[in-house]
Amino acid sequence: MSAFAASVATAVDLIVHADPALRRIVALSLQVSGSACALAALIGLPLGAWLAVARFPGHRMLVLLLNTALALPAVLVGLVVYLLLSRSGPLGAWGMLFTPTAMVIAQTVLVLPIVAALTRQFVGDALRDGGDQLRSMGASPLTCGLLMLLHGRWAVMTVLIAAFGRAIAEVGAVMIVGGNIDGFTRVMTTAIALETSKGDLPLAMALGLVLLAVVAVVNALLGMVRRGHGSALAGVR
Amino acid sequence: MNLVELRDVTVQFGAVRALYGASLSIQRGEFVVLLGSNGSGKTTLLRVLHGLLAHQGQRHQLGDAPRQAMVFQRPFLMRLSVLNNLRLALWLGGVPRTAWADRCWAALRRVGLQGLERRPARALSGGQQQRLALARAWVVQPQLLFLDEPTSSLDPSAKREVEALLAGFAAEGMTLVMSTHNLGQAKRLATRVVYLEGGEIHADLPVHEFFNGRLQGRAQQFLKGELTW
Repeated sequence: MSAFAASVATAVDLIVHADPALRRIVALSLQVSGSACALAALIGLPLGAWLAVARFPGHRMLVLLLNTALALPAVLVGLVVYLLLSRSGPLGAWGMLFTPTAMVIAQTVLVLPIVAALTRQFVGDALRDGGDQLRSMGASPLTCGLLMLLHGRWAVMTVLIAAFGRAIAEVGAVMIVGGNIDGFTRVMTTAIALETSKGDLPLAMALGLVLLAVVAVVNALLGMVRRGHGSALAGVR
Repeated sequence: MNLVELRDVTVQFGAVRALYGASLSIQRGEFVVLLGSNGSGKTTLLRVLHGLLAHQGQRHQLGDAPRQAMVFQRPFLMRLSVLNNLRLALWLGGVPRTAWADRCWAALRRVGLQGLERRPARALSGGQQQRLALARAWVVQPQLLFLDEPTSSLDPSAKREVEALLAGFAAEGMTLVMSTHNLGQAKRLATRVVYLEGGEIHADLPVHEFFNGRLQGRAQQFLKGELTW
């Protein structure tokens, strides 16, 4: 059996037998990346909407920085968060290093630029289409931006899917601030890195396939929500 | 009584002068039609009158501000139901929530969209969307309604429906300012016609004088159809 076929067989076996260790790892991965996306949405959606409508000195520079942050290396984010949370760092007293909380913080920092930058872009496009109409109805510029989040809620969902994909697939940041502690901070990507370093390539690849399967299920669920909404609308036509 | 007054207003978009030295007052109960070819400055003038556009010169409005609304050439409707589009207008217009239901049903009846309130606004036909845009403007009971070529993208039947609604609004005492390049529409609806060309006001006359009087120069050429739209 080839290495790839062995990996697929191992992945199927892991999923079918619902390995308890794997379930724990998958649950923690979903919990950490889901929380990071929720936090990034909470901050990034209004921030992106505000950046789409605000005009002030330095606005262009801020947008440039935000767009540049799309390419933030995960390892660099991990390192910065590590320095902030380490005992000698400014937030060291809180004792968050090597905990899932630290991993959530690192992934939030990582995906926040994605949420804010993409939101700024689609809200700006939507405002070119309907901004004058909303302003003529009495909406303030910020209200116009926030209303466009409601108007473009499917675009918001796409942004969040992209952010979730980036969060759950990254390894550098969670490895540095989480420490890959078995049963406590081990997530799918750090488990893959560990098995690769141990030379168990089929298991590493199998875990990678499981990761893709998990992301596919999440995307499918979101797709069903969207299609369900669409057919509900069709029903009232 | 003047609801809005402009004095020597100029609007510049980069190197392009969209409006130059425009002075105009809109009085209560008028139906003013802004007439002119494409690029003559009609939309710019409407936006300045409504207060949507930064400009040089003076703009005065009655008291605190008359309640105003605007209907655009291509109506922008939120991806919400028909009813929620109306509710949004009421919310933004600061109308007390207790009055929302009555106002919404009255607006839907007024434009003939009753029974479609749960439909997604963007699933309506072009004519229905424009009628919803009119309902959304009407529901806040504006003193002054601006309309930017509201029938230009509609078929003849939808155009007639919208014209009938506008005539009804005017009969109720609403003040309307509408841009168009449709001479027939101006003749049917307006009480006063303002003719623009190249960003300047060339004529500002009561409708019968505009169409039956002795217009000079470019305005006369436009009436005769010698100028392209």
